[in-house]
Amino acid sequence: MTQTTTATATLDADLPPIIPARRLSHSGMGLLLGRLQPLAGRVYLLVFVLFLMSPLLILAAAAFNDSSFPTILPWQGSTIKWIVALFHDGEIGRALISSGIIAAGVIGLSLPVGTAAALVLTSLHGRTRGVVYALMVSPMLIPGIVIGISTLLFWRQVGVNGGYFLTILAQSSFIISFVMLMIVAQLQRFDRTMEEAALGLGASRLLVFRRILLPYLRPALLAACCIAFLQSFENCNTTLFVRGTETPLTIFIATKVRTGLTPVINALGLVMMVGTIMGAVLWEIARYRRAVRSAAV
Amino acid sequence: MTEIFDRFGKPLGGIFLGLALLWLAGMVLVPGVFMINASLRPHLPPPLRGGELDVYVLDNFAYLINHVNHGRIFFKTVWSSALVTLVTLLLCYPIAFWLAKVARRWQVAVMLVLLLIPYLMNEVLRGLAWYIILAFSGPLNAILIGLGLMDEPVRWYGDGGVVAGMAYAYLLFMLFPIYNAISTLDRAQIDAARDLGASAWRIHRRVVLPHAKVGIATGCVFVFMMAAGSYVAPALLGAPGSRWFTQIVYEWFFEIGNWNRGAAYGVALMAMCLAVVLGLLALFRVNLASAVK
Amino acid sequence: MRFGATQAVKSLSLDVRQGEFFSILGPSGCGKTTLLRLISGFLQPTAGQVLINGKDMVGVPSNMRATAMIFQSLALFPFMRVWENIAFGLEARGVGTAERRREAERLLELIALPGYGNRMPGELSGGQRQRVAIARALAIQPQVLLLDEPLSALDLKLRQHMRAELRDLQKRTGVTFIYITHDQSEALAMSDQVAVMNGGELQQIGTPQELYSHPKTAFVAEFVGENNALTGTVTEVSGGTAVLEGPQGRFSGRAGAGLNPGAKARLYVRPEALSPSSETGENRLKLAIERFDFEGAFATAYALLQGTGSPQRMFMTISQQGLSDAPAIGAPFTAGFSAEDAIVLSDD
Repeated sequence: MTQTTTATATLDADLPPIIPARRLSHSGMGLLLGRLQPLAGRVYLLVFVLFLMSPLLILAAAAFNDSSFPTILPWQGSTIKWIVALFHDGEIGRALISSGIIAAGVIGLSLPVGTAAALVLTSLHGRTRGVVYALMVSPMLIPGIVIGISTLLFWRQVGVNGGYFLTILAQSSFIISFVMLMIVAQLQRFDRTMEEAALGLGASRLLVFRRILLPYLRPALLAACCIAFLQSFENCNTTLFVRGTETPLTIFIATKVRTGLTPVINALGLVMMVGTIMGAVLWEIARYRRAVRSAAV
Repeated sequence: MTEIFDRFGKPLGGIFLGLALLWLAGMVLVPGVFMINASLRPHLPPPLRGGELDVYVLDNFAYLINHVNHGRIFFKTVWSSALVTLVTLLLCYPIAFWLAKVARRWQVAVMLVLLLIPYLMNEVLRGLAWYIILAFSGPLNAILIGLGLMDEPVRWYGDGGVVAGMAYAYLLFMLFPIYNAISTLDRAQIDAARDLGASAWRIHRRVVLPHAKVGIATGCVFVFMMAAGSYVAPALLGAPGSRWFTQIVYEWFFEIGNWNRGAAYGVALMAMCLAVVLGLLALFRVNLASAVK
Repeated sequence: MRFGATQAVKSLSLDVRQGEFFSILGPSGCGKTTLLRLISGFLQPTAGQVLINGKDMVGVPSNMRATAMIFQSLALFPFMRVWENIAFGLEARGVGTAERRREAERLLELIALPGYGNRMPGELSGGQRQRVAIARALAIQPQVLLLDEPLSALDLKLRQHMRAELRDLQKRTGVTFIYITHDQSEALAMSDQVAVMNGGELQQIGTPQELYSHPKTAFVAEFVGENNALTGTVTEVSGGTAVLEGPQGRFSGRAGAGLNPGAKARLYVRPEALSPSSETGENRLKLAIERFDFEGAFATAYALLQGTGSPQRMFMTISQQGLSDAPAIGAPFTAGFSAEDAIVLSDD
């Protein structure tokens, strides 16, 4: 025991003194901060969640206010008449159908083109790939209204005016970029020997694509489909310029703000919120389960 | 280029190549060229189009520079968009770090759902929520007066309201890239830095931030671009005196009907956005391929 | 065949007989995978022919050849059930569902996995996936099965088990196997014939025994099995025997091809041919044992060659019974070998 102590002492003497790291916690102020840090973190988290949620809660709450204008102050009594009115509102119904038509067109166009673009991009190498890549992502980096303007100006030359066709084209021109990126990400994990294996077993190139590559890409295609739908459904900037006389939902709400809002819009927001919450919760539960399961393996 | 044919055969490879070209040329490049072409020509009544007056001029751009208000609004848009970007960055970084490295798995799951709900909804509805909050007799003024922080209600609609509404509207586009970037950071690196005696501040500055750089660049690029090109938030939350550049572009097209001048304003907006995107990427020393993926 | 900037496979010619288990053995980067891809049709040669059943296959794409390939990664289709995987080749040939299913069941019997048809590949163990990959290849009744290091991802025990299984499957089906590996023990254990490759060139073709006892090149002598090498200059070649003189002494052994007096050469002697000897005379080495590695039935003794300028390590195999009589560690002793057990090969 004595020996050990002596040895340690000798070691200490031989080594230069360890420089104490300048930790905050070494000073009195640091100690205080050290205690406060978790608390400050929690407060920040709370404020953040409030910031995130309160607009939604207020938006939803205003749907139940018996006021002719969407607000929660003053509270003029609770009512569900706006929610009832929502389901009898023909204009909103037509706007929803219009948005649906556009979204369906965008999905139908951008999924195949985005997939094709991803396959073309991944077959390129070196500088060419860099240039094509920059071109392919450029629609995402250009403001939406610019895409609307250029589409409008181009098709006017051919005598085509704004409407469903131009809206679908204009929205797709940047939504394809998103689809392309999602497919490329999935392609990068693809084991090309699977294609060779299928070819070696006698499959034609078409069968290899249909039976091997497409099923492999299916999850990414599904995700891309969701993203394309959401992007199209909420798009306002591009649509504004190419819509012609069509009035999809976003445009409808935006114009209503000028011409007179009623809490029917809030009722619509509430319905969409409930829908998304249910969808998001289901999706998260599935994801969480998968993560737990894969962690267990 | 032959690889696409080798891999899929001539017919299928040809279809893929054709579709990709149709998109890039027919939907992106050529319309862009048409817009620039229109921006460089004067606005003429139909009979005079193609005549001797229909020549390339810079009048439309000169108008933007010389106009009493438009130039100012252009720079205000740039400046306010930068402010929106900075605000979202400061708001998101701590949350992204918490999500990626501190939170337990169920906390991450709950937080992601909370984050997704506002973003699966419409941008217009997000704006509408803030429209209600910021109203003169709305809840924000009521709370601030109730807490005794203010005596009189404040008119929030205007530049301040627009920045707040946008920061909320584009939060997720900053948060997710940073979260993804920090997620890939090995926890052991943080522990190693702490073990070597680095303070929390130093750990972030020297270990986490350099790793999150790509995510931050991506977030900044997208938030800035969306803010500068936004029409909804300024239309909802702005005041007559606080117009956004996109609103002026819209006026040229659909209220005044001078599409050529509108095209020029659009080109100016696009050029500014591309300059800022490239500038940001250069500033962060990140290449396009790693920022946008 | 040119691969990138370098020629991956230089001119070579091999004949594989029908129903043979033929291995191509070589270190990584020796061109064996390129050779396999030439046979399968994934690559086309810049010059030369690939004949299957006497028919030239150059220009014929891989999906039209009577070959089937087993990939190193196996390349099972993860989103198809096991039976769909096995029957994929039949699907590509337009065979109806009922018959595909029947054929898949028959092959599942063959690989001893009956009742596994409805599982997904991800639910199988490594060895089971291996067998499914083989069944999938056999389903199209290929004349030649090409295997690209299919066992390399398995752990040692399973690998040894699968060797026997592959060999057995090959004998039962009578399909020609062309098997690529960098593991010489694998090639020696399974094959009827082995081709050794290095640097894109064919070194030697022969049965495992031939390669082991009669290597034709220094590379084969060193790559196949363990070997001790002594360097020197050839002084005499006569009657199939060559004499080598070098810093370690004067040795004689069987003469390899193309040896001439004055040429630099190496004499190879297997560790089991080297033994402690009290006699003096030819082919004697002064050694001192450094350590023993006990390996069960036998031990390997690592010994330093004494009395030479640069230290050279030799190793010899000592049976378990011989271990008690073995020289002590560090004590110098004399070891010898007979000239018939050694071979002198040109050093280049």
